[in-house]
Amino acid sequence: MNARAPSPRPKHGRARAFTVSLLLAGLLPGAAAYASAAQHVQASHAWIRVLPGDLPAGAYVTLRNDDSHAIELTGASSKSYAQVMLHQSTTSGGMSHMAAVHALTIPAHGQATLAPGGYHLMLMHAAAPILPGASVRLTLEFSDGSSLPVDFLARPANAEGDGTH
Amino acid sequence: MCAGDWRMLEAMKSPEFRKSALPRPAWSRLLSACVLLFAVLALGGCERSAPLPLRLTSIAGHMPDLSFSLTDDHDHTVTAGDYLGKIVLLYFGYTHCPDVCPLTLAHLHVVMQRLGPLADDARILFVSVDPARDTPAVLHSYVTAFDPRVVGLTGSPRALERLTKDYRAAFSREPSQANGDYEVTHSGGVYIFDRQGKARVLASPAASQDDIVHDLHLLISQGATP
Repeated sequence: MNARAPSPRPKHGRARAFTVSLLLAGLLPGAAAYASAAQHVQASHAWIRVLPGDLPAGAYVTLRNDDSHAIELTGASSKSYAQVMLHQSTTSGGMSHMAAVHALTIPAHGQATLAPGGYHLMLMHAAAPILPGASVRLTLEFSDGSSLPVDFLARPANAEGDGTH
Repeated sequence: MCAGDWRMLEAMKSPEFRKSALPRPAWSRLLSACVLLFAVLALGGCERSAPLPLRLTSIAGHMPDLSFSLTDDHDHTVTAGDYLGKIVLLYFGYTHCPDVCPLTLAHLHVVMQRLGPLADDARILFVSVDPARDTPAVLHSYVTAFDPRVVGLTGSPRALERLTKDYRAAFSREPSQANGDYEVTHSGGVYIFDRQGKARVLASPAASQDDIVHDLHLLISQGATP
């Protein structure tokens, strides 16, 4: 990428090789220092409200971003469910509405909360019945292509939260 | 009604009313006294049914009495009459709603727990607005996952539409995914009826559990069999 940038043409092949190695040497430490979005995100209070039968379930989690840049959660996937969608419930004028959203921003040095009545991951068609108490791994996906595996605690339908607060 | 009686009383005091009155023989004075006595009794009646200090949004007189004929989650036909004598919490939802409906039912479960044994005098009617998918069997496993006092109700689209219109709980379906799933927009409030099936208060989605528990205590204590 950077090598494409116009630069003074070296006179000799050997000099060109030297320049390229200098460029690579300059790039590599940068690549090593670069951390993916997933490396900056800590997940906590991860739980799923399990509903009976094959009904879709809601998954909730608190995501903390320790980076100085905002991070976007774009979705998730799981071996335990055929489909996972990022959704948002809204209430206006006494009416409840649910819609798919493309991304949820986790602000720089801030947090985003997926909680009942707001943002949530909708889990559809469990591969096998999931019982309260089970741990279910969901892989959160971010806009830079990185991903973060998080274990969610399956909770009963009438649970009010992850049970820790 | 009571306010009307009061206005009638005021109108009778007005000069126009007096001018229009004929010369007053003794029988007329007696009649006036009777009317006054009647009005005073009517006002006394108002006092006897003084509004309870309910905290939630009052819908008394604005929403019709509970009336329906639907199918419950045991596949039995039930009517509003079957719940007379119970405090009814009416909520519209659907089982494929993974977030808000379970949240509301989980809240109501906590409310029922806080009521303790008094909760036996209350029933939560979860009325499906998605009868195509919510069969009595699906509803049964759904509602029993929340609280033993929840009853799942479904019925013909026409019967459900009538009920939602009665309570201005309009709902709409929108196709969303290629696999035929669809989204439902629905009223998020819980309509609360007294033992006589009269609409009393509406718990909005933002209502606190404390306020719901408070109002249910009042409504349960009202007309409780001693």
